[in-house]
Amino acid sequence: MAGSNDALPVRTGFLGWLNKRLPVDQFVRDQLTGYFAPKNFNFWYYFGVLSLVALVIQLVTGIFLTMHYKVGEATAFDSVEYIMREVPFGWLLRYMHSTGASFFFIVVYLHMFRAFLYGSYKAPRELLWLFGMVVYLALMAEAFMGYVLPWGNMSFWGAQVIVNIFGTIPVIGPGLVEWIRGDYGIADATLNRFFSLHVAAVPLVLLLLVVLHLVALRQNGSNNPDGIEIKEKLGADGKPLDGIPFHPYYTVKDLVGVGLFLVAFAIVVFFVPTFGGLFLETPNFEPANALSTPEHIAPSWYFTPFYAILRAIPNPGMGALAMASSLVVLILVPWLDRSPVKSTRYRPLRWKIALTVFAVSFIALGYLGLQPAEGIYVLLARIFMTLYFAFFILMPFYTRGESTSRVPERVTYSSH
Amino acid sequence: MQGRSIRGLFVLLAGLAVAGPLAASESEGEHGAAGVNWQAWTAGNEVTNTASLQRGAANFVNYCSGCHSLKYLRYERMANDLDISPAQLRDNLIPSGAKPTDYMLSTFPKADAETWFGKAPPDLSLVTRYRSPDWVYRFLKGFYVDASRPTGTNNLVLDGASMPAVLSDLEGVKAAVFAQHAAGGEHGGGKAVESFEMVAHGRLKPEEFDGFVRDTVNFLDYAGDPSQVQRRSIGIWAVLFLLVFTAFAWMLKKEYWKDVR
Amino acid sequence: MSDHSAPPAEVDQDRRGFLLFATVATGAIGAAFAAVPFVASWSPSERARAAGAPVEIDLTKIEAGQMVTYVYRKKAMYVVHRTPEMIASLAGHDGKLKDASSADSEQPAYAKNATRAAREDFLVVEGTCTHLGCLPKPRFEKGMADLGADWPGGFFCPCHGSRFDLAGRVFEGSPAGQNLRIPIYSYPSDKTLIIGVDATTGAA
Repeated sequence: MAGSNDALPVRTGFLGWLNKRLPVDQFVRDQLTGYFAPKNFNFWYYFGVLSLVALVIQLVTGIFLTMHYKVGEATAFDSVEYIMREVPFGWLLRYMHSTGASFFFIVVYLHMFRAFLYGSYKAPRELLWLFGMVVYLALMAEAFMGYVLPWGNMSFWGAQVIVNIFGTIPVIGPGLVEWIRGDYGIADATLNRFFSLHVAAVPLVLLLLVVLHLVALRQNGSNNPDGIEIKEKLGADGKPLDGIPFHPYYTVKDLVGVGLFLVAFAIVVFFVPTFGGLFLETPNFEPANALSTPEHIAPSWYFTPFYAILRAIPNPGMGALAMASSLVVLILVPWLDRSPVKSTRYRPLRWKIALTVFAVSFIALGYLGLQPAEGIYVLLARIFMTLYFAFFILMPFYTRGESTSRVPERVTYSSH
Repeated sequence: MQGRSIRGLFVLLAGLAVAGPLAASESEGEHGAAGVNWQAWTAGNEVTNTASLQRGAANFVNYCSGCHSLKYLRYERMANDLDISPAQLRDNLIPSGAKPTDYMLSTFPKADAETWFGKAPPDLSLVTRYRSPDWVYRFLKGFYVDASRPTGTNNLVLDGASMPAVLSDLEGVKAAVFAQHAAGGEHGGGKAVESFEMVAHGRLKPEEFDGFVRDTVNFLDYAGDPSQVQRRSIGIWAVLFLLVFTAFAWMLKKEYWKDVR
Repeated sequence: MSDHSAPPAEVDQDRRGFLLFATVATGAIGAAFAAVPFVASWSPSERARAAGAPVEIDLTKIEAGQMVTYVYRKKAMYVVHRTPEMIASLAGHDGKLKDASSADSEQPAYAKNATRAAREDFLVVEGTCTHLGCLPKPRFEKGMADLGADWPGGFFCPCHGSRFDLAGRVFEGSPAGQNLRIPIYSYPSDKTLIIGVDATTGAA
């Protein structure tokens, strides 16, 4: 049976030539057939691979879109309509890219939530979590700049509002905003530099970060729903008793996940690409107009939880600080969570309640960020913002000395 | 077609949550008991109905293209999609001097439009996307007599519209009798209309005019997203194929995993 | 302490093999279908095809003896309104031509004749030297100083010195090996020429 200590096969012919020059067999042995992953992965463990799939979809469709898109405030909007109508299957490329962006965030949010469920950010995987958070920040930057490129009215005004947030930074704020924009308002210069960053710079950064993320994962191996370190229980052959070779078991299982993802993806792309105005916002079908603000300026749905926090505080500077802090506390969670136990399965009710409150608050803030900041929505945003911060800031207190259940020696697994 | 979205569901639930108490607090008989519920008018158009699209194209060319352009749509592309022959295209739909490969532009001078109407008539290529087919339908049927306006008419959907009631020779001219609503009809969006009164009759009967507007909106729906019919038909095959693939993958997974204890 | 993932003796290799084949085959077919939109997106777009639409020319605008250049599908097209003298100059130098009968050159059937045109008073020719693609210059006067006293009038390519007569036929001594190409064209009326529509088939 496969393992990292096994001898490599003796190769002749082309494969022999290749392996003498490139460690192909060694890679397959060490990372696939000889890499033992916990056998008890459940539904929540699909989303890492699906994030990779989403990344590949965005890269490929993005490259092909760039072949036809014309950057520039006079040509960008028209070029998108040209792609939609006149480039053979251009409409499909466009809808795959716009749907792909939203699916990327759905998958990434579920992927991140898994870490909370099973303590995947806890030692020794703190750096894995940090790399993941930087990927998330880079992804948000990439999506924000990508949304500006069609130069629709929401592209323009969304950019205006978000870039203006940087103006709240004391002392350097206004100069910083002008430097980011390259002009006195969102303009052609802004569009052009966002194009370069979105198409070239940030994808390279993302790829590098994803590689680092995967290397960090491989260093300690994956966590699992029981939060047990499988390497602590080795069999006579030196392999983890609760592990199975990644290939073929998880290649085959992930294929099913990929298939289901593609089914959902295809349903949206071909039947509801605008998704009721959530994936392709209605005001963006009008060209950018500096003299006409859309009725409700809202960022794309995946930013709205943070947007709700920004608006919840009337003072713009404090609102921006709160928004930044909401990301910072997320980054710090490996050090805020003091429980000796990783998985929610063995943690007390109060943790389960806290986690539920966090999830509900995040979703509620997301919904509120889509609404106008009026009436009862303002109060609700403040309430859920408080709950969101309470989850993190009070965490060192309510997680230290948790009365946890007995964590089993071996993973819980039932055939499926 | 896209009304059943998650966002729509959220908005609906939120709206019900807010509307419930509000409706209960108003006087009886004023809300929905009588009057014309124009805000609920729907276009009911089907982009797969080619005959309707052809009529809509003719309607657009005859009644709209004098002022409005469709600057992203070429005549030839439109004719191919709508099963209109090159001869029919040339004889009925292309202005003289234009080639089939030209975009469907209007010849109306922009400067004059701004002088006469206060703003240039907008391009309509994407109007059903940044509004909605139902919005355009209500707009075209929403003109009513208003002596205070320079054009003599106003519009229920777009208050203070610069566009005159260009379809009045077909629809006739109507006056709107507004309901005496305490809240001014803000709830639900727009003015609450008790009834319409025909001041002058048009050449078309009400159902005929309705069909005219529906066909035109249908054509604009097509013009906003010409590939939509092809997209949905390819989509069926794509989803079915992916389901078959996933089924094989699932059986393969089961086959390998049945050994795992 | 159960053994993990050791395949039991009865692995149904047939079923496993079949399912693997079915999944891989479906996946490969799916990948091929998925590639179609990407590959197709490189084909000329509607804009390119519109720009490549046939060119209609009003012949009354071209004076006798004059040449006007048009663009069709990104290539220069020369339309020369030949005078009777220019047509007469085509005879008498077949011996100096590489391909007098246009046997090895590209032209539609209706242009494979002495004047290389459907109508002798108009030469419609692609302004691309058949050597390496430069634009030949019109040199219509007879006996021009640098071209020799017996120059009958025609085209001279400045890049490498190829020479063509007033029917686009290439002279011996030129680096070019073929006569200038004739595109498809037709005359919808006496006064209109349309480059890009074939006279016999009517196809574009």
